Amino acid sequence: MTENTKQPGFVGKILNLPNDDPKKTIIVAALLCLVCSILVSISAVMFKPLQIANKEADIKKNILAVTGLLSEDVDVNTLFEQFEVKIVDVETGLYSDIDSASYDQYKAAGDPEQSIKLSAEQDIAGIGRRAKLAKVYLLKEGDKTTQVVLPIHGYGLWSTLYGFISFEGDFNTIGGLQFYAHAETPGLGGEVDNPRWRKLWQGKKAFNDQGELKIEVVRGHVDFKVAGAEHQVDGLSGATLTSTGVSNLVNYWLGDHGFGPYLKNMSALMNTAEK
Amino acid sequence: MASEIKAAVYDPLIDNNPITLQVLGVCSALAVTTNMMAALIMSIALTTVTAFASAIISSIRNHIPSSIRIIVQMTIIASLVIIVDQLLKAYAYEASKQLSVFVGLIITNCIVLGRAEAYAMKNPPGMSFLDGIGNGLGYSLILMAVAFFRELLGTGKLFGHVIIPVANEGGWYIPNGLMLLPPSAFFVIGLLIWLIRSIKKEQVEPADYQIHQVHRTEVL
Amino acid sequence: MEHYLSLFIRSIFIENLALSFFLGMCTFLAVSKKIETALGLGIAVILVQMITVPANNLIYQFLLKDGALAWAGYPDVDLSFLGLISFIGVIAAMVQILEMAMDKFTPALYNALGIFLPLITVNCAILGGTLFMVERDYNLAESAVYGVGSGLGWALAITAIAGIREKLKYSDVPDGLQGLGITFITAGLMALGFMAFSGIQL
Repeated sequence: MTENTKQPGFVGKILNLPNDDPKKTIIVAALLCLVCSILVSISAVMFKPLQIANKEADIKKNILAVTGLLSEDVDVNTLFEQFEVKIVDVETGLYSDIDSASYDQYKAAGDPEQSIKLSAEQDIAGIGRRAKLAKVYLLKEGDKTTQVVLPIHGYGLWSTLYGFISFEGDFNTIGGLQFYAHAETPGLGGEVDNPRWRKLWQGKKAFNDQGELKIEVVRGHVDFKVAGAEHQVDGLSGATLTSTGVSNLVNYWLGDHGFGPYLKNMSALMNTAEK
Repeated sequence: MASEIKAAVYDPLIDNNPITLQVLGVCSALAVTTNMMAALIMSIALTTVTAFASAIISSIRNHIPSSIRIIVQMTIIASLVIIVDQLLKAYAYEASKQLSVFVGLIITNCIVLGRAEAYAMKNPPGMSFLDGIGNGLGYSLILMAVAFFRELLGTGKLFGHVIIPVANEGGWYIPNGLMLLPPSAFFVIGLLIWLIRSIKKEQVEPADYQIHQVHRTEVL
Repeated sequence: MEHYLSLFIRSIFIENLALSFFLGMCTFLAVSKKIETALGLGIAVILVQMITVPANNLIYQFLLKDGALAWAGYPDVDLSFLGLISFIGVIAAMVQILEMAMDKFTPALYNALGIFLPLITVNCAILGGTLFMVERDYNLAESAVYGVGSGLGWALAITAIAGIREKLKYSDVPDGLQGLGITFITAGLMALGFMAFSGIQL
């Protein structure tokens, strides 16, 4: 009873209520919700700019890595200024005018207005939906495009692999292929991250002289004595399904329902320019 | 008082380890131990959440109505985890990508709730904080030990630095692929438990049936 | 239809919450000494998953996701950071309601389950199932199928290990491994066994 005389105020009266009093239950619950939601919201809002910057820097880092430009000494954002970001209409292969900075291709893939649903025969990469517009990254030296980086993704064994494939100025020779997000089996399918396997993609040609898409990941080793070896990459031992997944997703994105039209347009433009 | 503090922090390391004795917090111990960096970040995250959650719950323990006790504890723990998750995404992006859903699962990590119920509800905030730190450290110890073996034997590296050169990259060691697969975590923890209980015989569980007396240490 | 069947089978065997993702391990290891209790807990988990995964899906789609509040006139609001706390709230509430319903309509089962029903709230498998549903962006039908499947997978795993442990009681296990140690190793072998399902494409 001495507590009552020491804390006669409003707060004291509430604190002194028995714990199971309905009034106290409601007050405690309400106060708790208020305090927690304020703290959580403050942290979410405070950190959001930093988180977005992290995400964007991550994408830039991966694009630089696939073109071989990533350097520990130079800031990622500075290095990335050599790239021109453009939006491509996947079906026609032509550039679109919309603002590239605010466009998120993967978010658009979930929006029914901005994406198309793929039929079972078309969907060899296992992605379900595809955004109508895609973001591509051109490495410019003056007016010339020396490399182009295309975003690709598809299903492996356990997860969707997200990555970039880069082409040299002829839009046929592959500069590199790297995945920046996947959850494949470490040590098996996860070897898609092994630098030695990644190196195998450099210099491979996606299309043959007739313009047919021939690139594939084979089982076992590529036999260099057989014709067509420039279109083949070694499979990962013990990771047949991941390897098949990679082969399928590359074939989808470089094919007629992916960036095929775009690549054909660009190489035609380049041929006419050279003439 | 000093001995109580010591007990709160040291007991959970081996004598009352949350994973190997209390069987709490096992899920994440199995899943995030493929490399030491992920294990370290998870350990720090869990220790932080347990310590602060215990302290906060302890400071309001006399005013929590019993009908909403569990949900009050969970709300406090969940809010702390969300804040830690936001911090990770802002300041340690690579690590947060690796940990993905498991940071969120700290909310249901039995260690946090278990210590809140068992200790924080009955002890002052200062001691509860230390108890949280102690149990967090015990958890971290096991996590780092498991990650040590899994990363070393599975990739020849520790914290990403090459210790044993691997055949795929020009060395001699053919990595034990099993160590990178999830089931190996079970085996490593099982063997660690065997090791701990061979040293600390008081932790051995008594058998339900006496098979034969040849090597049993006590007759049932 | 095939898509749902494939999702169902995948969530039971290939992506088993207990043996492939190690969720719900504490109860998995602690409650698996007898088959009856393990089975009872498994059934309770199936029921809870069946209700909470679709419920959380609705909340995520219409309240929390980036742009979810477009129907209320706030298309720019992204409340996904409140996800963890909302899902746990839903789970706690559902378990409470399930408890009351079971007490009224199936008192025998309610008494058999006893303390395990409230313990389900903090079972990481339940929250984990919801978090995977969010990460993979399932729609409502897929969430329902995934809920039942993942619950069934977990129930299957805990019943199986309970069966093995009951047999292990008669085995001559070294002192240090007795009880918890040998259970871990057994669970590891079961997990290895379940990996045989990986790569099955339906």
